[in-house]
Amino acid sequence: MLNPQLTPDGKLRHLLSTEGLPRAILNQILDTAESFVGVAEREVKKVPLLRGKTVCNIFFENSTRTRTTFEIAAKRLSADVINLNVNTSSQSKGETILDTIDNLTAMHADMFVIRHAQSGAAHLIAQHVAPHIHVINAGDGRHAHPTQGLLDVFTIRRYKPDMHNLRVALVGDVLHSRVARSEIHALTTLGVPEVRVIAPKTLLPQHVEKLGVQVYHDMREGLKDVDVIMMLRLQNERMSGALLPSAQEYFKCYGLTPEKLALAKPDAIVMHPGPMNRGVEIDSAVADGKQSVILPQVTYGIAVRMAVMSMLAGNSA
Amino acid sequence: MILPDAEATFEVLLQKLKPLITDNTALVGIHSGGVWLVDRLLPLLGRPVARGTLDISFYRDDFDQRGLRAENKPSQIPFDVQDQHIILVDDVFHTGRTIRAAMNELFDYGRPASISLAVLVDRGGRELPIVPQIVAAEIPLPVSQNLQLLQSEDGRFHFELKDSL
Repeated sequence: MLNPQLTPDGKLRHLLSTEGLPRAILNQILDTAESFVGVAEREVKKVPLLRGKTVCNIFFENSTRTRTTFEIAAKRLSADVINLNVNTSSQSKGETILDTIDNLTAMHADMFVIRHAQSGAAHLIAQHVAPHIHVINAGDGRHAHPTQGLLDVFTIRRYKPDMHNLRVALVGDVLHSRVARSEIHALTTLGVPEVRVIAPKTLLPQHVEKLGVQVYHDMREGLKDVDVIMMLRLQNERMSGALLPSAQEYFKCYGLTPEKLALAKPDAIVMHPGPMNRGVEIDSAVADGKQSVILPQVTYGIAVRMAVMSMLAGNSA
Repeated sequence: MILPDAEATFEVLLQKLKPLITDNTALVGIHSGGVWLVDRLLPLLGRPVARGTLDISFYRDDFDQRGLRAENKPSQIPFDVQDQHIILVDDVFHTGRTIRAAMNELFDYGRPASISLAVLVDRGGRELPIVPQIVAAEIPLPVSQNLQLLQSEDGRFHFELKDSL
């Protein structure tokens, strides 16, 4: 099947999902991001790659951090950036997504960064746009959030360069997490031998083991000897439903405390995609502790997004 | 055509460079060949000289046609560029576009006191008003040919001539 993210000659044209991306392209993104890390440490934190290009951040769903890091990434590539919060604009007047896109294309936008509550929204737009236009999925429903998955993998690779010798545990709400899905695909493609998911049955998708992961319901057992602990955000709205008894109960079983962290390898790193619920999925002592790489994740997110944008912009169909 | 010996050419480059080194000189190699040259040159200069590397992938002027090069490397300028006399080092000087990109990148690190250019080979075909100050060998070549510097595992240099695509 034709991968809608790639040009006919196999180059990355859109970034919609880490699923189905060849290892060579994943590595190219991570290597290129490595080159961009240094750019942020210079006096002039900009490169001229996307000079004259216009990037539209279209967020049908709120996300301050993701939008901000995409905006900074685009600006450091010298692009012009337009931010649209569509909640507050013409969609509320009844315009369809594709009409919104067509209008922005008529204003000569070159790249769209899309966040939408509906799975598949970015795919829909990617199939619609002209050959010289690029689409980046910044999170669609429960489906995928590829740049977050990539920046997590990038962070892992920076701290634990030997990816072929790693045990990674994802802890928490895998069911509703597009981040978890994107990470699992990226990690398995890059050859990480053991990816574990640790969660109550109610927060795991059915047949999750088909993604190539090992399932644990007991956190103490699952954390044993892992190199990387990736905490997932527990969305507060899930608490009100029947999936979980209470936040306190959840923290008791699946919250990362210093005592549970001690079960992992002594040099294990702790990650979280943000925003964190302190005292629900992670203890403050861990979030602010020595093993936490949560803030470096945010910094690397810019370099990874710069890498993705600059690769896409050069690969027209 | 008979190519000169790359090791002998390197020796010429070294001898021409030596008198230009001052207290605040830095050698900046352009990936990949220029970096190889800098790393061979530094221990032979007889005094400590700052080392930098540039990968000009983010500054190329053909990005719109060719996209981002897959094998880019981080640029490393670990010294303060301000008031340094920088000598850019590259293997083969051709159109001058790489040097234009390298100079633009350098200025994003600061304002050097001066920039000069040392190349192993000037193959002709300049497209910009950029002239190297140090040239170890002149090998005029038609556009249809491509001269490359190669480095074997023991660090020794040799040239390879190919037909361009």
